[in-house]
Amino acid sequence: MSVNRVKNLGLPLMNLVKLRGTPILQQLLLEERLLRSSSDNWCIVNDGTNLLTLSWVCLGTVIVDENTLFVSLICNRNDVPDVQPYPRSVMAWSGSLYSEVFNGIADFQLRENDYVFGDRKFGGNAQSITRNRWIHHTSFLWDYSVSNMAYLKLPSRVPQYRLERDHTDFVCKMKDYIERSVFIEKTIKAVGTQFMLKELSLDEIDDSCREHVETTRLLTLDELKETTTRSESIAQAV
Amino acid sequence: MAARFLWASRVASHLRISIAQRGFASVVLKDLKYAESHEWVKIDGNKATFGITDHAQDHLGDVVYVELPDLGRSVSQGESFGAVESVKATSDINSPVSGKVVEVNEVLSESPGLVNTSPYEDGWIIKVELSDAEEAKKLMDSDKYSKFCEEEDAKH
Repeated sequence: MSVNRVKNLGLPLMNLVKLRGTPILQQLLLEERLLRSSSDNWCIVNDGTNLLTLSWVCLGTVIVDENTLFVSLICNRNDVPDVQPYPRSVMAWSGSLYSEVFNGIADFQLRENDYVFGDRKFGGNAQSITRNRWIHHTSFLWDYSVSNMAYLKLPSRVPQYRLERDHTDFVCKMKDYIERSVFIEKTIKAVGTQFMLKELSLDEIDDSCREHVETTRLLTLDELKETTTRSESIAQAV
Repeated sequence: MAARFLWASRVASHLRISIAQRGFASVVLKDLKYAESHEWVKIDGNKATFGITDHAQDHLGDVVYVELPDLGRSVSQGESFGAVESVKATSDINSPVSGKVVEVNEVLSESPGLVNTSPYEDGWIIKVELSDAEEAKKLMDSDKYSKFCEEEDAKH
Protein backbone atom coordinates (compact mmCIF):
# COMPACT_ATOMS: atom_id res chain seq x y z
CA MET A 1 0.00 0.00 0.00
CA SER A 2 1.42 3.38 -0.98
CA VAL A 3 2.21 5.71 1.89
CA ASN A 4 0.37 8.34 -0.15
CA ARG A 5 -2.93 6.53 0.14
CA VAL A 6 -5.58 8.38 2.11
CA LYS A 7 -7.07 5.71 4.33
CA ASN A 8 -10.62 6.98 4.53
CA LEU A 9 -11.21 7.42 0.81
CA GLY A 10 -8.83 4.79 -0.52
CA LEU A 11 -7.54 7.14 -3.23
CA PRO A 12 -3.83 7.79 -3.57
CA LEU A 13 -2.68 11.37 -3.11
CA MET A 14 -1.56 13.45 -6.06
CA ASN A 15 -0.01 16.91 -5.92
CA LEU A 16 -1.49 19.34 -8.41
CA VAL A 17 0.73 22.12 -9.72
CA LYS A 18 -0.90 24.76 -11.91
CA LEU A 19 1.56 26.81 -13.91
CA ARG A 20 0.91 29.65 -16.27
CA GLY A 21 3.34 30.68 -18.97
CA THR A 22 6.23 28.66 -17.49
CA PRO A 23 8.98 28.17 -20.10
CA ILE A 24 8.87 24.67 -21.59
CA LEU A 25 12.49 23.87 -20.67
CA GLN A 26 11.81 24.85 -17.07
CA GLN A 27 8.74 22.64 -17.06
CA LEU A 28 10.65 19.66 -18.46
CA LEU A 29 13.44 20.13 -15.91
CA LEU A 30 10.87 20.24 -13.14
CA GLU A 31 9.22 17.07 -14.43
CA GLU A 32 12.53 15.23 -14.64
CA ARG A 33 13.30 16.24 -11.07
CA LEU A 34 9.91 15.17 -9.80
CA LEU A 35 10.06 11.85 -11.65
CA ARG A 36 13.54 10.97 -10.35
CA SER A 37 13.67 12.59 -6.91
CA SER A 38 10.16 12.58 -5.51
CA SER A 39 8.08 9.66 -4.32
CA ASP A 40 4.78 11.56 -4.68
CA ASN A 41 2.30 11.52 -7.54
CA TRP A 42 2.09 14.77 -9.53
CA CYS A 43 -0.23 16.46 -12.01
CA ILE A 44 1.35 19.46 -13.70
CA VAL A 45 -0.80 21.76 -15.81
CA ASN A 46 1.04 24.51 -17.69
CA ASP A 47 -1.49 26.90 -19.16
CA GLY A 48 0.51 28.35 -22.05
CA THR A 49 4.28 28.66 -22.12
CA ASN A 50 6.91 31.37 -22.40
CA LEU A 51 9.31 30.53 -25.22
CA LEU A 52 11.62 33.43 -24.30
CA THR A 53 13.43 34.36 -27.53
CA LEU A 54 11.80 31.64 -29.60
CA SER A 55 8.48 32.17 -31.29
CA TRP A 56 7.82 28.47 -31.39
CA VAL A 57 9.40 25.11 -30.65
CA CYS A 58 8.95 21.84 -32.47
CA LEU A 59 7.92 18.87 -30.39
CA GLY A 60 7.72 16.17 -33.02
CA THR A 61 4.67 16.86 -35.21
CA VAL A 62 3.28 19.44 -32.81
CA ILE A 63 4.35 23.05 -33.02
CA VAL A 64 4.57 24.55 -29.55
CA ASP A 65 3.81 28.23 -29.18
CA GLU A 66 2.77 30.46 -26.30
CA ASN A 67 -0.78 29.08 -26.42
CA THR A 68 0.09 25.41 -26.12
CA LEU A 69 -1.33 23.63 -23.08
CA PHE A 70 0.74 21.03 -21.27
CA VAL A 71 -0.50 18.37 -18.90
CA SER A 72 1.87 15.90 -17.26
CA LEU A 73 1.04 13.05 -14.93
CA ILE A 74 3.76 11.49 -12.80
CA CYS A 75 2.65 8.32 -11.01
CA ASN A 76 3.99 5.71 -8.68
CA ARG A 77 3.43 2.34 -10.29
CA ASN A 78 1.83 0.99 -7.13
CA ASP A 79 -0.72 3.80 -7.02
CA VAL A 80 -2.02 2.90 -10.46
CA PRO A 81 -1.90 -0.90 -10.19
CA ASP A 82 -3.99 -1.53 -13.32
CA VAL A 83 -1.31 0.13 -15.45
CA GLN A 84 1.79 -1.80 -16.50
CA PRO A 85 4.94 0.36 -16.79
CA TYR A 86 4.98 0.17 -20.59
CA PRO A 87 4.00 2.86 -23.11
CA ARG A 88 0.87 1.19 -24.51
CA SER A 89 -0.52 0.48 -21.06
CA VAL A 90 0.18 4.03 -19.85
CA MET A 91 -1.43 5.51 -22.95
CA ALA A 92 -4.48 3.26 -22.65
CA TRP A 93 -4.95 4.60 -19.12
CA SER A 94 -4.40 8.23 -20.08
CA GLY A 95 -6.65 7.75 -23.11
CA SER A 96 -9.52 6.64 -20.88
CA LEU A 97 -8.89 9.60 -18.58
CA TYR A 98 -9.09 12.09 -21.44
CA SER A 99 -12.16 10.29 -22.78
CA GLU A 100 -13.90 11.52 -19.66
CA VAL A 101 -12.66 15.06 -20.36
CA PHE A 102 -13.96 15.09 -23.93
CA ASN A 103 -17.07 13.02 -23.35
CA GLY A 104 -19.96 14.56 -25.26
CA ILE A 105 -17.73 17.28 -26.68
CA ALA A 106 -15.84 15.74 -29.56
CA ASP A 107 -15.07 12.46 -31.27
CA PHE A 108 -12.02 11.91 -29.08
CA GLN A 109 -9.94 8.76 -29.19
CA LEU A 110 -6.44 7.45 -28.67
CA ARG A 111 -5.46 6.39 -32.17
CA GLU A 112 -2.25 4.33 -32.35
CA ASN A 113 -0.21 6.61 -30.05
CA ASP A 114 -1.92 9.95 -30.66
CA TYR A 115 -4.83 11.90 -29.21
CA VAL A 116 -7.22 12.71 -32.05
CA PHE A 117 -10.58 14.24 -32.78
CA GLY A 118 -11.87 12.04 -35.58
CA ASP A 119 -8.68 11.36 -37.52
CA ARG A 120 -6.90 14.61 -36.71
CA LYS A 121 -4.18 14.83 -34.10
CA PHE A 122 -4.40 17.59 -31.51
CA GLY A 123 -1.97 16.37 -28.87
CA GLY A 124 1.54 14.91 -28.84
CA ASN A 125 2.64 12.80 -25.91
CA ALA A 126 5.66 11.01 -24.54
CA GLN A 127 6.48 8.77 -21.61
CA SER A 128 9.50 8.24 -19.45
CA ILE A 129 9.43 5.06 -17.40
CA THR A 130 11.63 4.21 -14.43
CA ARG A 131 11.57 1.13 -12.26
CA ASN A 132 8.73 2.22 -9.99
CA ARG A 133 7.38 5.42 -11.58
CA TRP A 134 6.42 6.86 -14.92
CA ILE A 135 5.51 10.18 -16.48
CA HIS A 136 3.01 10.81 -19.24
CA HIS A 137 3.58 14.23 -20.80
CA THR A 138 1.14 15.75 -23.29
CA SER A 139 1.38 18.91 -25.36
CA PHE A 140 -2.06 20.01 -26.53
CA LEU A 141 -2.19 21.97 -29.77
CA TRP A 142 -4.46 24.83 -28.83
CA ASP A 143 -3.92 26.88 -31.97
CA TYR A 144 -1.24 27.17 -34.61
CA SER A 145 -0.05 29.32 -37.46
CA VAL A 146 -0.21 27.59 -40.83
CA SER A 147 3.02 29.32 -41.86
CA ASN A 148 4.89 27.93 -38.83
CA MET A 149 3.48 24.47 -39.52
CA ALA A 150 5.04 24.63 -43.00
CA TYR A 151 8.49 24.35 -41.38
CA LEU A 152 7.76 20.77 -40.35
CA LYS A 153 8.91 17.99 -42.66
CA LEU A 154 7.14 14.66 -42.84
CA PRO A 155 8.78 12.56 -40.08
CA SER A 156 10.50 9.30 -41.01
CA ARG A 157 8.21 7.42 -38.66
CA VAL A 158 4.52 8.16 -39.11
CA PRO A 159 1.39 6.50 -37.73
CA GLN A 160 -0.54 4.42 -40.24
CA TYR A 161 -3.69 6.48 -39.90
CA ARG A 162 -1.82 9.55 -41.14
CA LEU A 163 -2.12 8.23 -44.73
CA GLU A 164 0.51 10.60 -46.18
CA ARG A 165 -1.47 13.70 -45.22
CA ASP A 166 0.57 16.85 -44.79
CA HIS A 167 0.58 18.63 -41.44
CA THR A 168 -2.32 20.97 -42.08
CA ASP A 169 -4.58 18.02 -42.99
CA PHE A 170 -3.27 15.83 -40.19
CA VAL A 171 -3.56 18.09 -37.13
CA CYS A 172 -6.38 20.22 -35.75
CA LYS A 173 -6.78 23.05 -33.27
CA MET A 174 -8.10 22.19 -29.85
CA LYS A 175 -9.68 25.63 -29.52
CA ASP A 176 -12.21 24.63 -32.18
CA TYR A 177 -13.59 21.95 -29.86
CA ILE A 178 -13.49 23.11 -26.24
CA GLU A 179 -13.04 26.24 -24.11
CA ARG A 180 -9.59 26.49 -22.54
CA SER A 181 -10.78 26.89 -18.97
CA VAL A 182 -13.32 24.08 -19.44
CA PHE A 183 -10.58 21.73 -20.63
CA ILE A 184 -8.37 22.51 -17.63
CA GLU A 185 -11.26 22.18 -15.20
CA LYS A 186 -12.48 18.89 -16.70
CA THR A 187 -8.95 17.44 -16.78
CA ILE A 188 -8.41 18.20 -13.12
CA LYS A 189 -11.84 16.75 -12.34
CA ALA A 190 -11.07 13.55 -14.28
CA VAL A 191 -7.74 13.13 -12.48
CA GLY A 192 -9.62 13.76 -9.23
CA THR A 193 -11.75 10.66 -9.79
CA GLN A 194 -8.64 8.52 -9.35
CA PHE A 195 -6.53 10.60 -6.98
CA MET A 196 -7.05 12.85 -3.98
CA LEU A 197 -5.65 16.13 -5.33
CA LYS A 198 -3.70 18.59 -3.25
CA GLU A 199 -2.70 21.83 -4.90
CA LEU A 200 0.89 23.00 -4.41
CA SER A 201 2.70 26.10 -5.61
CA LEU A 202 6.15 25.92 -7.20
CA ASP A 203 7.71 27.22 -3.97
CA GLU A 204 6.25 24.34 -2.00
CA ILE A 205 7.77 21.68 -4.27
CA ASP A 206 11.38 21.80 -3.03
CA ASP A 207 10.70 20.11 0.28
CA SER A 208 9.39 16.93 -1.30
CA CYS A 209 12.40 16.25 -3.55
CA ARG A 210 15.79 14.72 -3.00
CA GLU A 211 19.01 15.95 -4.66
CA HIS A 212 18.94 15.38 -8.39
CA VAL A 213 21.34 15.66 -11.34
CA GLU A 214 19.64 17.21 -14.38
CA THR A 215 19.93 15.47 -17.73
CA THR A 216 17.24 17.38 -19.67
CA ARG A 217 18.78 20.06 -21.86
CA LEU A 218 18.35 21.86 -25.15
CA LEU A 219 19.72 19.93 -28.11
CA THR A 220 22.30 21.31 -30.53
CA LEU A 221 21.35 21.41 -34.21
CA ASP A 222 23.45 18.32 -34.97
CA GLU A 223 21.80 16.40 -32.15
CA LEU A 224 18.45 17.61 -33.40
CA LYS A 225 19.08 16.19 -36.85
CA GLU A 226 20.14 12.88 -35.34
CA THR A 227 17.11 12.59 -33.12
CA THR A 228 14.57 13.47 -35.82
CA THR A 229 15.52 10.27 -37.61
CA ARG A 230 14.88 8.30 -34.39
CA SER A 231 11.57 9.31 -33.03
CA GLU A 232 8.63 11.69 -33.38
CA SER A 233 8.29 12.56 -29.79
CA ILE A 234 11.54 14.08 -28.54
CA ALA A 235 11.61 17.66 -27.37
CA GLN A 236 13.53 19.81 -29.81
CA ALA A 237 14.53 23.43 -29.91
CA VAL A 238 15.07 25.35 -33.09
CA MET B 1 3.63 -18.79 -31.84
CA ALA B 2 5.30 -21.73 -33.58
CA ALA B 3 7.70 -19.33 -35.34
CA ARG B 4 8.67 -17.75 -32.02
CA PHE B 5 9.34 -21.20 -30.49
CA LEU B 6 11.47 -22.12 -33.50
CA TRP B 7 13.46 -18.89 -33.02
CA ALA B 8 13.86 -19.64 -29.33
CA SER B 9 15.04 -23.17 -30.11
CA ARG B 10 17.73 -21.82 -32.45
CA VAL B 11 18.86 -19.32 -29.82
CA ALA B 12 18.93 -21.99 -27.13
CA SER B 13 20.88 -24.35 -29.35
CA HIS B 14 23.45 -21.64 -30.06
CA LEU B 15 23.77 -20.75 -26.40
CA ARG B 16 23.77 -24.44 -25.44
CA ILE B 17 20.94 -23.97 -22.98
CA SER B 18 17.49 -25.47 -22.72
CA ILE B 19 14.23 -23.60 -23.03
CA ALA B 20 10.75 -23.91 -21.63
CA GLN B 21 7.83 -23.73 -24.03
CA ARG B 22 5.19 -21.52 -22.61
CA GLY B 23 1.58 -21.05 -23.43
CA PHE B 24 2.07 -17.26 -23.49
CA ALA B 25 3.64 -15.21 -26.22
CA SER B 26 6.94 -14.20 -24.60
CA VAL B 27 9.93 -16.50 -24.54
CA VAL B 28 11.87 -17.33 -21.40
CA LEU B 29 15.21 -19.12 -21.53
CA LYS B 30 16.31 -21.56 -18.86
CA ASP B 31 19.80 -21.13 -17.38
CA LEU B 32 19.39 -17.36 -17.33
CA LYS B 33 18.46 -15.34 -14.26
CA TYR B 34 15.79 -12.65 -14.29
CA ALA B 35 15.00 -9.43 -12.47
CA GLU B 36 11.47 -8.21 -11.70
CA SER B 37 12.18 -5.21 -13.90
CA HIS B 38 12.49 -7.66 -16.85
CA GLU B 39 16.22 -7.78 -17.44
CA TRP B 40 18.00 -11.11 -17.96
CA VAL B 41 21.52 -11.98 -16.92
CA LYS B 42 23.85 -14.79 -18.02
CA ILE B 43 26.62 -15.42 -15.54
CA ASP B 44 29.91 -16.92 -16.68
CA GLY B 45 32.46 -17.11 -13.87
CA ASN B 46 32.95 -13.56 -12.59
CA LYS B 47 31.49 -11.98 -15.75
CA ALA B 48 27.84 -11.36 -16.55
CA THR B 49 25.96 -10.38 -19.70
CA PHE B 50 22.67 -8.41 -19.46
CA GLY B 51 19.81 -7.58 -21.71
CA ILE B 52 16.07 -7.04 -21.55
CA THR B 53 13.71 -9.97 -21.85
CA ASP B 54 11.39 -10.94 -24.66
CA HIS B 55 8.46 -9.91 -22.43
CA ALA B 56 9.95 -6.44 -22.04
CA GLN B 57 10.75 -5.86 -25.71
CA ASP B 58 7.29 -7.05 -26.70
CA HIS B 59 5.61 -4.59 -24.33
CA LEU B 60 7.93 -1.69 -25.19
CA GLY B 61 7.37 -1.82 -28.93
CA ASP B 62 9.93 -0.97 -31.62
CA VAL B 63 13.19 0.11 -30.01
CA VAL B 64 14.69 3.10 -31.81
CA TYR B 65 17.64 3.92 -29.53
CA VAL B 66 19.62 2.35 -26.71
CA GLU B 67 21.47 4.60 -24.28
CA LEU B 68 24.60 2.69 -23.30
CA PRO B 69 26.76 3.33 -20.22
CA ASP B 70 30.47 4.23 -20.39
CA LEU B 71 33.07 1.50 -20.03
CA GLY B 72 34.44 1.26 -16.54
CA ARG B 73 31.30 2.63 -14.96
CA SER B 74 29.98 0.90 -11.85
CA VAL B 75 26.46 -0.49 -11.88
CA SER B 76 24.43 -1.47 -8.81
CA GLN B 77 21.75 -4.11 -8.51
CA GLY B 78 18.32 -2.59 -9.07
CA GLU B 79 19.67 0.79 -10.20
CA SER B 80 19.32 2.28 -13.66
CA PHE B 81 22.41 2.24 -15.91
CA GLY B 82 20.95 3.15 -19.27
CA ALA B 83 17.72 3.46 -21.19
CA VAL B 84 15.83 2.00 -24.08
CA GLU B 85 13.86 4.35 -26.27
CA SER B 86 10.84 3.06 -28.10
CA VAL B 87 8.13 4.94 -29.91
CA LYS B 88 6.69 7.45 -27.43
CA ALA B 89 8.67 6.27 -24.40
CA THR B 90 12.07 6.15 -22.77
CA SER B 91 12.42 3.27 -20.30
CA ASP B 92 15.20 2.77 -17.80
CA ILE B 93 17.30 -0.38 -17.96
CA ASN B 94 18.07 -1.55 -14.43
CA SER B 95 21.11 -3.60 -13.49
CA PRO B 96 20.21 -7.12 -12.31
CA VAL B 97 23.54 -7.42 -10.44
CA SER B 98 26.33 -5.07 -9.35
CA GLY B 99 29.66 -4.75 -11.09
CA LYS B 100 31.89 -2.77 -13.46
CA VAL B 101 31.03 -2.33 -17.13
CA VAL B 102 33.68 -4.09 -19.23
CA GLU B 103 31.93 -4.22 -22.61
CA VAL B 104 28.93 -2.58 -24.26
CA ASN B 105 27.14 -3.77 -27.39
CA GLU B 106 28.13 -0.99 -29.80
CA VAL B 107 26.16 -2.68 -32.60
CA LEU B 108 22.99 -1.43 -30.90
CA SER B 109 23.95 2.13 -31.81
CA GLU B 110 23.38 1.29 -35.48
CA SER B 111 20.83 -1.49 -35.01
CA PRO B 112 18.72 -0.84 -31.91
CA GLY B 113 16.03 -3.14 -33.30
CA LEU B 114 18.18 -6.13 -32.35
CA VAL B 115 16.73 -5.68 -28.86
CA ASN B 116 13.36 -6.61 -30.38
CA THR B 117 14.41 -9.30 -32.84
CA SER B 118 17.08 -11.00 -30.73
CA PRO B 119 16.71 -9.94 -27.08
CA TYR B 120 18.72 -12.85 -25.65
CA GLU B 121 21.42 -13.07 -28.31
CA ASP B 122 22.43 -10.25 -30.66
CA GLY B 123 20.45 -7.73 -28.58
CA TRP B 124 22.59 -8.13 -25.43
CA ILE B 125 23.30 -4.73 -23.91
CA ILE B 126 26.33 -4.79 -21.58
CA LYS B 127 28.83 -7.13 -19.94
CA VAL B 128 30.09 -6.53 -16.43
CA GLU B 129 32.70 -7.87 -14.05
CA LEU B 130 30.72 -8.96 -11.01
CA SER B 131 31.42 -7.32 -7.67
CA ASP B 132 29.24 -9.68 -5.61
CA ALA B 133 28.42 -13.11 -7.04
CA GLU B 134 25.94 -13.73 -4.19
CA GLU B 135 23.57 -11.10 -5.57
CA ALA B 136 22.47 -13.47 -8.31
CA LYS B 137 20.65 -15.52 -5.68
CA LYS B 138 18.14 -12.69 -5.30
CA LEU B 139 17.11 -13.08 -8.96
CA MET B 140 14.42 -15.36 -10.37
CA ASP B 141 15.06 -18.55 -12.29
CA SER B 142 13.20 -19.19 -15.55
CA ASP B 143 10.22 -20.93 -13.95
CA LYS B 144 9.69 -18.20 -11.39
CA TYR B 145 10.09 -15.51 -14.03
CA SER B 146 7.61 -17.22 -16.34
CA LYS B 147 5.07 -17.29 -13.53
CA PHE B 148 5.87 -13.66 -12.67
CA CYS B 149 5.16 -12.58 -16.27
CA GLU B 150 1.93 -14.56 -16.40
CA GLU B 151 0.72 -12.96 -13.17
CA GLU B 152 1.65 -9.48 -14.37
CA ASP B 153 -0.13 -9.90 -17.68
CA ALA B 154 -3.17 -11.44 -16.02
CA LYS B 155 -3.60 -8.37 -13.82
CA HIS B 156 -4.02 -6.08 -16.82
